[in-house]
Amino acid sequence: MAKAEFLTPELTEYLTVPHVRAETMAHSRPFVAKPEHQESVGYPGELMDGWEEKAVLKLGELVRGSRALQVFLDSCVKCGACTDKCHYYLGTSDPKNMPVARQDLLRSVYRRYYTFAGKYFPKLVGARDMTKDVLDEWYSYFHQCSQCRRCSVYCPYGIDTAEISMAARDVMDAVGLGQKYSNEIIGKVHKIGNNLGLPGPALKDTLEGLEEDVKEDTGVDVKFPVDEKGAEVLVITPSADFFAEPHIDGLIGYAKVFHQAGISWTLSSYASEAANFSMFIGSRHNLKKAAMRIREAAIDLGVKRIVVGECGHAWRVAYSFWNTLIGPFDFLDPNYPVPQHICEVTYDLIQRGALTLDKEANDDKVVTFHDSCNVSRASRMGNMPGGQFIIPRAVIKASVNKFHDMAPDTIYEGTFCCGGGGGLLTDDLIELRVKGAMPRMQALKQVVDEYGVNYMAAICAICKSQFTKVLPYYKFPMDMIGSVHGLVSTAIQLGTKQ
Amino acid sequence: MPTIEVAGKTIEVDEEGYLQNRTDWSEEIATAMAKEDDCDLTQNHWEVINFLREYYDEYQIAPAVRVLTKAIGKKLGPDKGNSKYLYELFPYGPAKQACKYAGLPKPTGCV
Repeated sequence: MAKAEFLTPELTEYLTVPHVRAETMAHSRPFVAKPEHQESVGYPGELMDGWEEKAVLKLGELVRGSRALQVFLDSCVKCGACTDKCHYYLGTSDPKNMPVARQDLLRSVYRRYYTFAGKYFPKLVGARDMTKDVLDEWYSYFHQCSQCRRCSVYCPYGIDTAEISMAARDVMDAVGLGQKYSNEIIGKVHKIGNNLGLPGPALKDTLEGLEEDVKEDTGVDVKFPVDEKGAEVLVITPSADFFAEPHIDGLIGYAKVFHQAGISWTLSSYASEAANFSMFIGSRHNLKKAAMRIREAAIDLGVKRIVVGECGHAWRVAYSFWNTLIGPFDFLDPNYPVPQHICEVTYDLIQRGALTLDKEANDDKVVTFHDSCNVSRASRMGNMPGGQFIIPRAVIKASVNKFHDMAPDTIYEGTFCCGGGGGLLTDDLIELRVKGAMPRMQALKQVVDEYGVNYMAAICAICKSQFTKVLPYYKFPMDMIGSVHGLVSTAIQLGTKQ
Repeated sequence: MPTIEVAGKTIEVDEEGYLQNRTDWSEEIATAMAKEDDCDLTQNHWEVINFLREYYDEYQIAPAVRVLTKAIGKKLGPDKGNSKYLYELFPYGPAKQACKYAGLPKPTGCV
């Protein structure tokens, strides 16, 4: 727990694009997965003999299997539109954190082995052999991409750096070089059912404690059911909601919403995780294996609906991939979206007048909303375009009197990543996380100075943990970040509707 | 494999200094780990560490922050049953720093 040995970027009046400072983050490398972590997710334990050839073959396999990846690798014209769009470049000044440069780390190898020009005239087209130096560079800089996809919004060709970063991590895993943080966690999901490794009895004990707390606070018996067969709704939420602050206030909010709406619901001790870090490492077989627990739990418990809690990338996996990974969902009630986001549930109930929310209960707060990248750029909510932006804000505005958005180019589809997404929320990358948070902190400072904002709400467990950690580096209080359903929880009036 | 030396014994730890084997734990190790972080363990630190160890023995996992704050509030008084107080004791975060001194593995996930 060494003290920080780096400088926190200074927040200025407005965001500026920094001058290039080469190799400033070349030292940043997350811990390497141990053999047991690698094997728990189906990869070789350590860097294997002949890895160079294996890596090239794996890359070829990925390109052949994904038309999108090939187009992303072939179509870049080096226009430069992406260069100032990555929060890691803006926060670190390292030119390899420009999205185009990050893509080129892999593109150069692809060219060498899979294009005519690269095979015969490698120097002319910037093609490189797959060497240990290249692999080290990949390991460093593909773990400086949070796969937030902001750059792809501004790319005229729609090149998605996240796909390239996922492919690079998949290649590295295939030759035995994995990242400890992500792979250890995925292994825990396969073994125990969640990222924390929280066993069923501990989950039940925690939830019983919450029932007592809510009873003490409100006098109302709000239940937090687990493994309740025949419940209408199965809630799949990040395990951080059971463990961490301020996440747990969100969980209490969901429980109060279901209680007040009279909807029977349950958690599952078998599928006790919404997060699916397999997406971060580009591993389809792990993605499917982790998600399959949710289908099995839903069938086993006989639920009619699946609702996903506040978790950014989980909502991308659920909304965009579940149907092909673990569908069809013909056993669920077709009258509801499959899957449904907790914000959609609460929003619909508010629209129908089924909840009474006392905004004044949140009058100590001046609130802003941080759009999480995977919700914003890789999914949707509701049945209107932009629902993923409108619905969480509508839920917040129904719960608080004072709300102000941050600058328009830092929210909605242009939102800045919290700096900890994509499998980077680990202490061994703290310098990167602090520096990468700078653009968001800059936008936050503006609304703090202008409107007195003192609370930033989010709907992603990673964002909440990341901000709790990095806000103090920027002289903001750590408890300034909270759950959207934490606001609902404070405002909601329990008991008989008047 | 990194190690630490405590009272003449060599103990295996991970990259971040968490014990590899929980059974290696002793009060001297906790004190030595805290010293590394310029932290002197007071009676209140020990209340937290002991609670974490007991909870882990029963549930094979560290308690949720909410469970921990409630238990500490009961033991040390309601004014200390909040995460702000726990952060005063363990500035690097009660879940992580206190787990380390208690010989428990580091909590993983989005925490």
